[in-house]
Amino acid sequence: MQLICPAGNLPSLKAAVDEGADAVYLGFKDDTNARNFAGLNFNDRTLEQGIQYAQQRGRQIYIALNTYPQPNGWPRWQQAVDCAAQLNVDALIAADIGVLDYASSTYPDLPLHLSVQGSATNYEALTFYHERFGVQRAVLPRVLSMSQVAHVTENSPLKIEVFGFGSLCVMVEGRCLLSSYAAGQSPNTHGCCSPAAEVRYSETPQGLETRLGSVLVDRVGAGETTGYPTICKGRYEANGNTYYAMEEPTSLNTLDLLPQLQAAGVAAIKIEGRQRSPAYVKQVTRVWRAALDACKNDPGAYAPRPEWMAALGSVSEGQQTTLGAYHRNWQ
Amino acid sequence: MNSTTSTPRISLGPNQYYWSHDDLKQFYDSIAESPVDIVYLGETVCSKRRTFRFDDWIATAEKLTEAGKEVVLSSMALLEAESELKMLRRICKNALFMVEANDMAAVQFLSAAKLPFVTGPTVNIYNARTLRVLAEAGLVRWVAPVELSREALKAVLAEVPAGVETEVFAYGRLPLAMSARCYTARAHNLPKDDCQYRCLDYPDGLTLRTKEGEAFLAINGIQTQSAQTQNLFAEMEDIKSLGIEVVRISPQSHHTVNVIKAFRRAIDGDAVDVDALQEMMPVGPCDGYWHGRPGMQIG
Repeated sequence: MQLICPAGNLPSLKAAVDEGADAVYLGFKDDTNARNFAGLNFNDRTLEQGIQYAQQRGRQIYIALNTYPQPNGWPRWQQAVDCAAQLNVDALIAADIGVLDYASSTYPDLPLHLSVQGSATNYEALTFYHERFGVQRAVLPRVLSMSQVAHVTENSPLKIEVFGFGSLCVMVEGRCLLSSYAAGQSPNTHGCCSPAAEVRYSETPQGLETRLGSVLVDRVGAGETTGYPTICKGRYEANGNTYYAMEEPTSLNTLDLLPQLQAAGVAAIKIEGRQRSPAYVKQVTRVWRAALDACKNDPGAYAPRPEWMAALGSVSEGQQTTLGAYHRNWQ
Repeated sequence: MNSTTSTPRISLGPNQYYWSHDDLKQFYDSIAESPVDIVYLGETVCSKRRTFRFDDWIATAEKLTEAGKEVVLSSMALLEAESELKMLRRICKNALFMVEANDMAAVQFLSAAKLPFVTGPTVNIYNARTLRVLAEAGLVRWVAPVELSREALKAVLAEVPAGVETEVFAYGRLPLAMSARCYTARAHNLPKDDCQYRCLDYPDGLTLRTKEGEAFLAINGIQTQSAQTQNLFAEMEDIKSLGIEVVRISPQSHHTVNVIKAFRRAIDGDAVDVDALQEMMPVGPCDGYWHGRPGMQIG
């Protein structure tokens, strides 16, 4: 299995390559990708340097162009496809059918991956993208159980990549509008979940409040910690109880499942976190490289080492990790 | 170019909630008598909801057809298990009714079978090029994603392929997200595989409030909806001028026929009691998406 690592800037890209990533994925500095945050991502110059750095060392670069252009933005997305093709990137990761259509008809030799934002959770959907646009690989949303991942992988005409580690979307990616409902911008339309300009932290007599737009996402008392406010990780009241109605703030960590993912024929493991620091990328890439090598060499004897789990735990959101949906043994 | 003023038809979207067999039967009996033009039938949210089986849906579809309604069979939005794909194929292979695809699996299946289809709001169509590709695959009507603004929709409509109709989600709690988890089961501290069908207790979803008491979202099994009811009622003249062919009303447990009647009057240019319409909503109205603002806003 390949290790696919995130980079939001050049130091992160270099850290990922140095620590053993097989491929690094990144995006341009605008809303054409799903990690559109200020100070993040690549311009033409840094991208060229990054591609050179990776390719000279035998690693690959994938460009994420994984948001959904609306008519007024279409020329920019088209330009971004042109730019990626001219820079000879190793793959374009896209979600929008129009973008995939443009890329496959204009650059038939440019390898295409279906982004997790493409929201394909079954092999019939994957077949559509493979037959129409020649998509070679797809990243599965983080909602499938291990047996469902294996079933999709077995029946799919293209290669499968799954998320192994990082922040956890509990909603099906590409079909979550919670951010735009509260704050006008979503991953689909603007490449961001919880736009930073709409996030507010304020100390009040009742505690520290976090808001997205006008919505109170959570309020924490002394001794409690709070993360970046995304709607799905807020605390709300239903039937008289106030609780994490959707998701507790934890991170995904599938180190335990590596032998099963390998046996299922999964082609690549993706690490989330283009918005995270070079130190995070370095730490996480190092652990996952070691784990993937150990699993490849002797899957029967493989077990996650305590120091790996500790290293990943220390960079996880909420300092807790979960197997997410993968551990479900029910539908 | 779609520039002519239209007289939109009214559609009733698929019921997003879980109701008892008797309630569903009674509901669609009343719909047969209502001034609605198109009815979408079927389970779109959770494959465990089976008070109406496939044959019940087909029988209902036949009754509504006899009553003069156009019937479309809706399919699931989140397909994970092989059993769900199997049911999808069964729906797609029905020889009588057109199908609403709510996932690309259905698009793939219907286009391979060379059958015309509708796409629901969870199929991501944000631009004309996407619309063109899907039109070539057999698309004859699309429901715009609910977060698409009026301005973006207008720009897409300027290039809408010939033979493709446009439908907007005009009234109802908005479908905002889906998950592998069941939030209704979670609200009852039950695992999803032993949910005890608690969705039956919430015929309009379970409202979530923020810590300051603001009604914000509604949970409906694996689906998250808006607490507010999107209402494009006031935009009817604009909808007509944009040439939009169909306005969708999403079922709720009470007043749906009255909502349909109100929209019928508005389309016909008759006076309507807007306050009465607001009182029919579980919480209150919103229309922010249409105006290019956060969806929960109003005005």
